[in-house]
Amino acid sequence: MTGIIDYGAGNLHSVQNALNKLGEPSQITNNEQILNTCDRIILPGVGAFGDAMNAIKSKRLLPIIKKSAIEKPFMGICLGMQLLFEKSYEFGEHEGLALIPGHVEKMQFDGLKIPHMGWNSLNFETPSPLLEGIQENSYVYFVHSYKVVCDKKYINATAEYGQPVPAIVSKNNIFGTQFHPEKSGETGLAILKEFIKIKGDIK
Amino acid sequence: MLAKRIIPCLDIDGGRVVKGINFINLTDMGDPVEIAKEYNRQNADEIVFLDITATHEKRRTVYDIIERTAKEIFIPLTVGGGIRTTDDFRDVLLAGADKVSINSSAVNDKTLISRAADKFGSQCVVVAIDVKRVNGEFHVVINGGRKDTGLDAINWAKEAEQLGAGEILLTSMDADGTKNGFDIEITSAISTKINIPVIASGGCGCLEHFAQVFEETEASAALAASLFHKGELTVAQVKNYLKSKNISVR
Repeated sequence: MTGIIDYGAGNLHSVQNALNKLGEPSQITNNEQILNTCDRIILPGVGAFGDAMNAIKSKRLLPIIKKSAIEKPFMGICLGMQLLFEKSYEFGEHEGLALIPGHVEKMQFDGLKIPHMGWNSLNFETPSPLLEGIQENSYVYFVHSYKVVCDKKYINATAEYGQPVPAIVSKNNIFGTQFHPEKSGETGLAILKEFIKIKGDIK
Repeated sequence: MLAKRIIPCLDIDGGRVVKGINFINLTDMGDPVEIAKEYNRQNADEIVFLDITATHEKRRTVYDIIERTAKEIFIPLTVGGGIRTTDDFRDVLLAGADKVSINSSAVNDKTLISRAADKFGSQCVVVAIDVKRVNGEFHVVINGGRKDTGLDAINWAKEAEQLGAGEILLTSMDADGTKNGFDIEITSAISTKINIPVIASGGCGCLEHFAQVFEETEASAALAASLFHKGELTVAQVKNYLKSKNISVR
């Protein structure tokens, strides 16, 4: 059973639809007890960083998120990936979940359109269980205006958009995808399938 | 590298696809979900549903279609037509759409763009602009091309961006239906003046037109309807052709 954390963000059902397609049972919830019983957790997200953190705090989800991230496979998608980091400079300065060292900042490249929207190809940087069986240069769907800045040891894959943009990050059993695997066709479903296969407690 | 997107657009009325669909091997030629699945098989990058249902009662049918589509295909889905309030946005997004396209309602109430962007994020706010040449100027037309607003299309695109639009769906009413190619002039004028992606629409008649719009403008995506529906070209054929022209596609 995969728990999809409901903190009021959109695209919850997209993630659930994709898991259904893979035959993986899931529950969209903000109930701590239910999340405790889940084998793995997905933190989805679209929208603004500050609003998302405020919603997580006001729904008292911080303790269960931090606990889950230690105990079981945990995946942040898009804004959910950005929330894993310590700080964001989106509309001011906001504290994140601080599960992985690094911060989030505005993408600004001359001559390139922002948001980075559409299908971009993955360049592999360091091995990741999420990329098991995935071909390098496979296309996945991005839509974001901010990017993660972190030590390269946490970056498993990047996408080229003016410069390498972190696309998959991880630390122990915590994973993040800047793209939307639930909207990335067969490649995205395959990446979600690999996430479901991961057993907890990777060190 | 970021790929140029190829987007088929389906007009839906009362839950059924209108405009001739000419595929073989579809169990139900009028079912938008079946057709969306076919385009997904052809490697379409996104799907656009344009709901042209006139009566409010029948409008619910489109939510069912969005829901069923979102369970079957896992690529971005844009829904437009009759969206007037942020509640409409919410309904469509909750049903499973990823982006919502607004046209006349954005012109009639500009704050709809900013209110929707604040609530749901710019990434899901697509402002559709229909453009027509009037006395040498590019005017925004609304109500399905029937009403000339007198607004300058380039200024309106810039304003939509400032208000929080995440993308512009630009249709040239002059080119639409001609099959003489995308309107390079207006597509270029707008795509070079704003920093959000532009989807070019209207006028496409053959493979070369897709290459032309990507080579001669800053368009991020190209949209076509009848060309695909009538089976004159498949999305896969378009992509293979663009690849041969060294244009990046998925």
